[in-house]
Parts: sequence; structure tokens; C-alpha cells
Amino acid sequence: MLRTLFAKPRLRGGVHAEERKSATENAPVITRFPLPKKLYIPLQQHVGKPAEPMIKVGDTVLKGQLLAYSQGMISAPVHAPSSGLIVDVNDYPAPHPSALPIRTIVLETDGKDEWLAVPTVEDPFLLPPEEISLRVGAAGIVGLGGATFPTAVKLNMGRENQVQTLIINGAECEPYLTCDDRLMQERAAAIIDGVRLMLHGMGTASAVVAIEDNKNHAYTAMYTAALPYAQIKVIQIPTRYPMGWDRQLIRYVTGKEIPVGARSSELGVTIHNVGTAYAVHKAIRYGQPLVNRIVTVSGGAVGQPMNVEVPLGTLISELFSFCQVNMDKTARIIMGGPMMGDALPHSTLPVVKGTSGVLALTQDELRDKQEQPCIRCASCVTVCPAGLRPLDMANNIRINQLDTAVDLGLKDCISCGCCSYICPSNIPLVQYFKFASGEVMARQQAQHKSEQTKKLMDARNARLEKVARLQAEEERERLAAKAERERRLAAEAAAEAEAEENA
Amino acid sequence: MITYAKAATKLRSGAHIGTKTSISSIMGKVMLAITPATIFGLFCFGWPAIFLFIVTLSSALFFEACCLKLAGRPVKSTLFDGSALLTAWLLAMTLPPFAPWWIGVVGSGFAIILGKQVYGGLGQNLFNPAMLARVALLISFPIEMTTWANVSPLFFPGSPDIMESWRITFSSIVPDGITGATTLGYIKTEFSQNRLLSDILKDYSAVANFFGWTRGSLGETSGILLAGGGLWLMQQKIITWHIPVSLLGTVFILASVFHVIDDSHYVSPFLHLNSGAMLCVAFFIATDYVTSPNTPAGQLVFGTGCGLLIFVIRTWGAYPEGAGFAVLLMNAATPLIDYYIKPRIYGRDRHGKPLEINK
Repeated sequence: MLRTLFAKPRLRGGVHAEERKSATENAPVITRFPLPKKLYIPLQQHVGKPAEPMIKVGDTVLKGQLLAYSQGMISAPVHAPSSGLIVDVNDYPAPHPSALPIRTIVLETDGKDEWLAVPTVEDPFLLPPEEISLRVGAAGIVGLGGATFPTAVKLNMGRENQVQTLIINGAECEPYLTCDDRLMQERAAAIIDGVRLMLHGMGTASAVVAIEDNKNHAYTAMYTAALPYAQIKVIQIPTRYPMGWDRQLIRYVTGKEIPVGARSSELGVTIHNVGTAYAVHKAIRYGQPLVNRIVTVSGGAVGQPMNVEVPLGTLISELFSFCQVNMDKTARIIMGGPMMGDALPHSTLPVVKGTSGVLALTQDELRDKQEQPCIRCASCVTVCPAGLRPLDMANNIRINQLDTAVDLGLKDCISCGCCSYICPSNIPLVQYFKFASGEVMARQQAQHKSEQTKKLMDARNARLEKVARLQAEEERERLAAKAERERRLAAEAAAEAEAEENA
Repeated sequence: MITYAKAATKLRSGAHIGTKTSISSIMGKVMLAITPATIFGLFCFGWPAIFLFIVTLSSALFFEACCLKLAGRPVKSTLFDGSALLTAWLLAMTLPPFAPWWIGVVGSGFAIILGKQVYGGLGQNLFNPAMLARVALLISFPIEMTTWANVSPLFFPGSPDIMESWRITFSSIVPDGITGATTLGYIKTEFSQNRLLSDILKDYSAVANFFGWTRGSLGETSGILLAGGGLWLMQQKIITWHIPVSLLGTVFILASVFHVIDDSHYVSPFLHLNSGAMLCVAFFIATDYVTSPNTPAGQLVFGTGCGLLIFVIRTWGAYPEGAGFAVLLMNAATPLIDYYIKPRIYGRDRHGKPLEINK
């Protein structure tokens, strides 16, 4: 009793945002999306180094064929989402608020959607665990919850740290999004198989699948699918954003708090998304790399909100016309959920591995009102899951005291958006924090640069000084030698004269 | 080359959605919570109270508009966010109901100009503007601020009629025999004449005090209506329990201890809690967002400090009502409380160092 009273809180902060999931949570995933004429496949759809293309313009490729291989320790390869002709490898706008150019492969589909024939294994559980991560890595699988960290790297870390618990994140706490919910409802057995494969790949004993308690159908489906496997437990967790934040979920499920700067695997826990588990199943059982994904298309401006399975590289504009989005009513396009998602400048941008949803929100759904003064209501302090004081940070950023903001914990902010969501004064707190983080980084770089410049300058001065010194020394020596020579000549002349006289 | 659809959207970080709560909705709810007690007070003290109330509120709006104009800020949108109105309303509730009109005007001026706008407007002030104004008035005009009217409800025989009331408020002509002392003030005076507590409290009626049928400030007489409003605010999640409970709890505990030790000198804890002013401060003044700490733990410290100071000033101080001073002193301590009491950051210890890794 006392222990439970004084135990560390398992849940801190968070908000219960209006869910707005009903538009898409009850209809099956649409799989008959018409194959786009062209697919735009960015070479960086993951955290880490971009992939390096290994095809050239004019090549014909089959679906699932490797287009670009992974570079370095943390990277992921990219595969052809359909069969067809490579028509361009060039810079195209990235699905990012900036829409800055990023290296992209353009694939003109031939309509056959023909898979590359791959040999599959009879029983993957007979494979050595290292082989599982190798295959997962080769399939280009990254964290599909949105973080897009290469999954193979995480599996390796789990194995090396002898992780005891694998947590499968089925929280899907962002409003509007239901792609994981539908995936769990419709493909539970495949997900559970993926979980078993991951357990095998990490050499981990048990897994916990955590699902928010607003997804009862998904829970039932997953619970039933996991029944034959004692090592997999399916649990319900409270519906409270940001429950899907890995560190919050780990604390809730295991009671462990991950120290700043440490990785969860160092504490014996690894966390993967349900979508990732499904992709692992596809990769290991069928040899299919990650070439498509389920995307939630929702929002007030969407005529036919739905979950739809699309090839990676599909343009959002094509997705929008399929879902009958009214662009005149669309006030903001968001990739991801409305809490953490990025606003996109336009819809001519491709769907990538981390695209869990694309929202077309109307002005009524947005909160876009005039910013008012902070009344120190401290709602932001109450809801912050990281234990920060957003109001103080924002005040310091406003007067350009960025160092103070860093001391207050700017770098511990996870940009979950709870503070912006709850603020009665419409202060865009996360905007302040992102700005400040960028600014701090830019300043550090500038400082680093000026230090480098100073070093170079000092080195140059020292070099010039040395040269001048050496020249001066030479000059001195030369003068000394000249004087010596003159002296000697004079002496000789004198001696000669004396000798003449004597003679 | 691909063609781009229209650049539809404003680029901004999340969260893209938000609650419906706004500054004006919060202020509105607080006003709604104090409305019953105010209406009751206005009824009990009749026309003079109504005149004073109107004068105080409208002069606050006038001062706010002037300040905003001078500061070059948008007048219309800020003026009606409800903050100036609420400040003046709370101030009016603490004024003696038969006080002359200029008390309301000077009070509002203090509250809005010196209490709030000189600091930079809403959210920037160190002290609670309403309490600052009340204390300033109390020190500057002790007679006007301690002349308490008898209960003289609207339309009752013997209550001042509208013309008489006009003269009370605007010409300071208060007829004889309709004023007296508040319970706490009365006890204080009688103590100085060495009377015993049991003797003094012969006429005290807990029930009348509880419902508000007693002399007192314009809107602070009815304990039950104030407490009801406060509890409703808690239910609406506008305020949390921390400040009211720690404040009232501290006063209750201290009063109980002293009452048990010597019940001829120290009034019962129930008499303390049964005072409308105490409840008004606990629920509506001390809980002011701007001037109270940010964290629950900090709020507990703040509430406890307020309670302690209220008890000390009421019991041993020169003023029978110590709440205003207590709140101002704790307001001054708020930045300090916020500096020392802050939430622990995830993954770090209380000093900001990363936690140790233990498997």
C-alpha cells in the first residue's frame, strides 16, 4: 500500500485530446489504390545517412528490387515499390515543411506490379538471430511509428544488451490516425508473427503489446492472436496523449525511467511499433522489403476519409484526389498526426516510410487564433510529460535568453505539443522551442566555425612570424658574414701593405 | 517537371489543434462562480452597493482602456478579455458596501494602473491587483474602509431608498445608526477592553454568518455561496485543490491548537473558516494564476504560507482582516517558490543530472 503510494508516477502529464478517429476507425483498409503512373522515392526516408543509388536512368526494375543500398552504420536501403522504368535520379522536394530538394528516384510504373522472385525460408526460427537482423536491415525496415530509426540497428542493440522485454507500441495516441488500429484489427496474426520473429532476432524472452483502451476491437484481435504464445502479453493502457512516446510507454509498462542520454536497451527494454512488427513478418516470411504502407487520410476537408495501403513514393496529391479532398476547404496539410505532425507547403510530395497519416484540415479544426499574453495558468507545466516548465522556457526565448532556456531543459523537450494544445492564450510554445533549438545549434556551429577560423589565423600568424624570424636571422647572418669578409679583406690588405712596406 | 498545387498552408509547428479554453472563457467562469455571492451581497446591502459595484467596474474598464491606448496595444480585443473586469469585480466584493464612489474609482485605478499595467499588463504583475488596491485603500482611507453597513436589503422597510442611496454613495451622507463593526473587528476591539471571548460572542450567530446575513464586505458575507462557487471552479478544473485546501487547512489547524490551549482568547477554528472573506481569498484571490506558483507542490507551500500569515495577522496583528496582507506577502515570495520548487525533468534527478543506469 505504502509502496504504491510512494512509487514513482507511471504516467505524468499528457492531455486527452479530442480523438476524431471515428471517420476512419471502422472501415477496412482500402487495398485497391490505383497504381500511380510515377512514384517519387526519396533516398532518405529514415534517420541516418541517405541511401546510395545503384541503378541508373533507363534501367527497368521489378517490384521489391533494391534501388539504393544503405550507407554506414545507421542507414536503410530503398527498394522499388512497383515494377517499371527508372526515369530520373535527381533532386525533388522532400516531404518536410521546407520542401527543400532531396535526392529522389523517379520510377515510371509499367502497370504489371511484378514482384522480384525471392527465395523464402521454410522455418525462420531455425535461422541464427543475426540473420534475422540482417534480413530486416536488407528489407529497408525502419520504425514505422514515425521515428524511422533503422529497425535492424535496434534489433542488434537489443541482442547485444541482452534485452529482457520487448514492448510493442500499439498506442497510436495521435488524434485522427487509425492506421495502426486497423492494422491490428485486420492483420493481428501477422503482427504477432512479426513480434515472435523480433523476439527470436534479439534473443529476448518476452514481449508486451500495449494498446490504448480506446481500441477495443484491436485489443480483442491482438489478444486472440497472441493467445497461443505464452511469451507475448497483450495489455490495455490508458488513453492519454502522448502515451505512444517510447519513454512514457516504457515507464508505464515496466516502471523503468530511461536516463537522459541513455538508450532503452541499456536498461533491458526495446520498443518497436506494431507496423514495424508487421513489416518484419512480411520481410522474413515472404522476402518482401518495405515498399508500401497503410496511410490514414482524414480531416474535415476529406470527402472519403480512409485508411489506404499505398506504394511508397505515391504523391500526396494523388492520395488526396482518390480520397476526394476539397483543396479549397483545406487550410493546412499535415503529414503525421495533428499534435506532432509537420505542416506541408503543398501536396506534390511523396508518401515515405514514416508517413502514418496525411491530414487535410479545415480552418475550423485548426487552432490558429491570435496569440495572447501568458497568464501563468501553468497548464503547460501540468501537461508536460517531460517535466519541463514551457512557460518559463518560452519567456526566456522571447527575450533571446537561449542559454537560460537550455538550462531550463530545452534539449529535453520532445515536441509532443501538449503545451501548445492546452495553452488558453494560443501561444505556439513548440514553435518557440523548435526555433530556439535550431538557433542554439546554429550559434554553436557559428562559434565552432569562428574558433576554427581563429585557430587557422593563429597558425598563419605563427607561420608568418617564423618565416620573418628566419629571414631576419638569415639577413643577420649574411650581414655578419659580409662584415667578417670585409674585415678579413681589410686585414689582408693591411697585412699586404705592411708586407710591402717591410719589403 | 512536376507542377505544384497551390501553397495552401501556413507552416507552423504542432500542435495544430487545441482546446477551446481561452483567457476570456477562464475569466468568464471565475466571474460566474462569484456571481451568486455578489448578487446576494448586492441584495443584502441594496442600492448603495449596486452603485459602488457599477462605479468600480466601469472605472476599471476606463483605466484599462487608457493604459492600453497609451501602451499602443489593441484596445478592443484586450479590454474585453475579462481580466480587468474580474479584477475590479473582486475588488468591489471586498469593499464596504456603503463606501463613497471615489473609493471604487481610486481602488480601480490602483488595481489596474499600479497593480497591473505598470508591470506590462496581463500576466506580468507580481502582486494580485485586487488585493494590492484593497490594502492601499485600507491604509490610505481607514475610516471609509472600515465603516460597515448593517444588512439592509433592497425593498425592505427601513432600507435606504434609491435617493438616500444615491446620497450615501455620491455625497458620503451616511445616516446614523446603520453601520457597525464586522465580527472579527468587533472581537478585536472588545479584546482591547479586556472582555472575555464568551461574553463577546454572545450575539454571534454562526448560521447568519454562514449564509451571509451579517455586516461585511460587499460580496464577502456569504460563506456558503463563495464556497459553492469555489468548489464549482474546482469541478470545472479552473483551479486545483492545492491552494484552497492548504490555506484553509493551515488556518484550521493553527486555530484549533490555540483554541484548545486557551479558549478564552482564541476564537474557534470554525469561526475563522466561517468568514466569507477567508473563503473568498482561499478560492478566488490566492488562486490567481499570475501571482501564485506554477507547480502543485509550490502551490501547497504558497497556500500554507498564506494560511499561516492570515492567522498570525488576524490573531496578533493590528488589522482584524489579515488576508490581503498575507496574500501580498506570499505573492512576493512566489518567484522564489517557483525557483526552488520545480518539476523533475524526465530522465534526470532533481538537480538536473542524468539518472544513473540500473538494470
